[in-house]
Amino acid sequence: MSQSTPASVTADIAAKRRFRLRGGLSLWVGGALVGIAVAVAITAPLIAITDPVMSANLMNAEIPPGWEFPFGTDAQGRDIYSRIVYGSRISLTVGVVSQIVNSLIGVSLGLSAGYWGGLWDDFVSGLTNLMLAIPSLIFALAIMAILGPGLVSLVIALGLTNWSYSCRLARAQVLSLKSQGYVQAARILGYGDLRIMFTQLLPNMLGPLIVIATLGMGGAILSEAALSFLGLGIRPPFPSWGSMLSEARDQINTVPWLSVFPGLAIFFTVLGLNLLGDGLRDILDPQTTTRR
Amino acid sequence: MTVPLLKVDELRIALAGDVAHNAVEEVSFEIGRGEAFGLVGESGCGKSITALAVMGLLRRPLSLAGGRIALDGQEIQGASPTEWRRLRGSRIAMIFQEPMTALNPLSPVGKQIAEMFVLHQGASWSEAMDRAEEALRQVRVPSPERRIRDYPHQLSGGMRQRVMIAIALACGPDLLIADEPTTALDVTVQSEIIDLMAELCAAKGTAILMISHDLGLVANMCRRVAVMYAGRIVESQPAGAIFATPRHPYTQGLVDSLPRLGERAKRGRQRLREISGVVPSIASYPAGCRFNPRCFAATDICRSTPPAQTPLPANGLVRCHHHG
Repeated sequence: MSQSTPASVTADIAAKRRFRLRGGLSLWVGGALVGIAVAVAITAPLIAITDPVMSANLMNAEIPPGWEFPFGTDAQGRDIYSRIVYGSRISLTVGVVSQIVNSLIGVSLGLSAGYWGGLWDDFVSGLTNLMLAIPSLIFALAIMAILGPGLVSLVIALGLTNWSYSCRLARAQVLSLKSQGYVQAARILGYGDLRIMFTQLLPNMLGPLIVIATLGMGGAILSEAALSFLGLGIRPPFPSWGSMLSEARDQINTVPWLSVFPGLAIFFTVLGLNLLGDGLRDILDPQTTTRR
Repeated sequence: MTVPLLKVDELRIALAGDVAHNAVEEVSFEIGRGEAFGLVGESGCGKSITALAVMGLLRRPLSLAGGRIALDGQEIQGASPTEWRRLRGSRIAMIFQEPMTALNPLSPVGKQIAEMFVLHQGASWSEAMDRAEEALRQVRVPSPERRIRDYPHQLSGGMRQRVMIAIALACGPDLLIADEPTTALDVTVQSEIIDLMAELCAAKGTAILMISHDLGLVANMCRRVAVMYAGRIVESQPAGAIFATPRHPYTQGLVDSLPRLGERAKRGRQRLREISGVVPSIASYPAGCRFNPRCFAATDICRSTPPAQTPLPANGLVRCHHHG
């Protein structure tokens, strides 16, 4: 602001410094790891050495990591590095899109249940508990079995099975925000229910929701890997990190690089997402920050 | 006689529980157009829930158990949620005790004012923002053109209460309910806010229902004052008369407990008088007159029979066996 006094300028600087410190290592390391994964996914055709599917060449089969093939090659002679690079597109797409689906379902159910209460709340809470009681991977397996393998059914299966966490969080947030003066004031000033939800409640609970969505993306990537590993996710020959692991299973003793590199890719991406989630929690949680 | 702006008749509010109680009963009052009316009482006497009833905002465990609320001669107690939404904010507005929490922390104050024009008058956002700036100017917030972009935390308590007033008066309501509007503010800011509120309401012809435990404040601002005790109105008189000739022992106690300038010179050094005892809890209202355990004039009839209303001059009333 142009009129800031020196005192408020120093306060601003102090606030920025606190922001930096509080976000801390996990925010920046997590952000960097996720940033790298996203950059790789976007620039895949540029940085891949060979085509991930069509480059099969049995002359190159099972070459260990080296100069020509940095991560080695598989039994069909395809470059593992290129397959991992392309596989990032699938893993990230599944992680992000299924988590968006989860958040949309969870937040709309949780928000409306917390706001309206009553029978609807009982119903939604019951449904949430039911979902939490079913192992989500088994449920996703069942959905995949019905829909058949493929990217779209993966996203649907994972999107329908993991919304209970955001639903619970949203509901709990609404219950505490509902008693805030400004939410009451909005009602007194003649705001409709939907307007209260979207202008008063949702913006004020976005922080924790973003955190849980970030953490959920890591979970979704792992679930994709697990489903593909079980043969229900992405079908060979298209590369996803999980299906690569699945194919490498038999040769883990003889050709370890087949499983190590996709495993590391999953590890660092999920680690990055979890660290990012933690870091975001630290700076977005109103308990630990003074509001802007 | 002209139709009063707000007429509350025999209002009864029930508090659900193991045993149902009446949190408020036999409450009747009228507020004329542009009139300032004060409702005074201790914490828990039912003054705030009376206001909530007028706004149609009673929520479980409270509910409207009887009585009529009429705005401009039209009964509104049975209105549908949609009708209520149209009334709130545009015809009846309210400001609260806590300006710290009554504003959305994530929305600029200008936008929160402008929302009222968009919501109730269908204005476009750009027009609404211009009018929000004008509204901020009216409540004397300095440099409103910059302030409309500020967030609530960037404003002081007094400024936030001014913003609340701007929001409440944005659509020119007929009635403004002010529930302890200055309790959370510094004493110096209090009088500014009260003056501002009175001035703006006078200019716009808005009636005020002022709710407070501060008899002095209410008497300064309002033409008529009603005193509530344990869910009932015990006395209602013009503001001057309440001070000069309080008729109910409770009101007398309230008036006596206020320090007055020049008192010591007149009567010598004296302890301020107090009302002994505490307000009875809603579950254990005494039989007869509810004030009888604390009343200096209580007799047998007070302990057995609830007193009826006795009319006083100037449309006043008192509810006491021994008034006078």
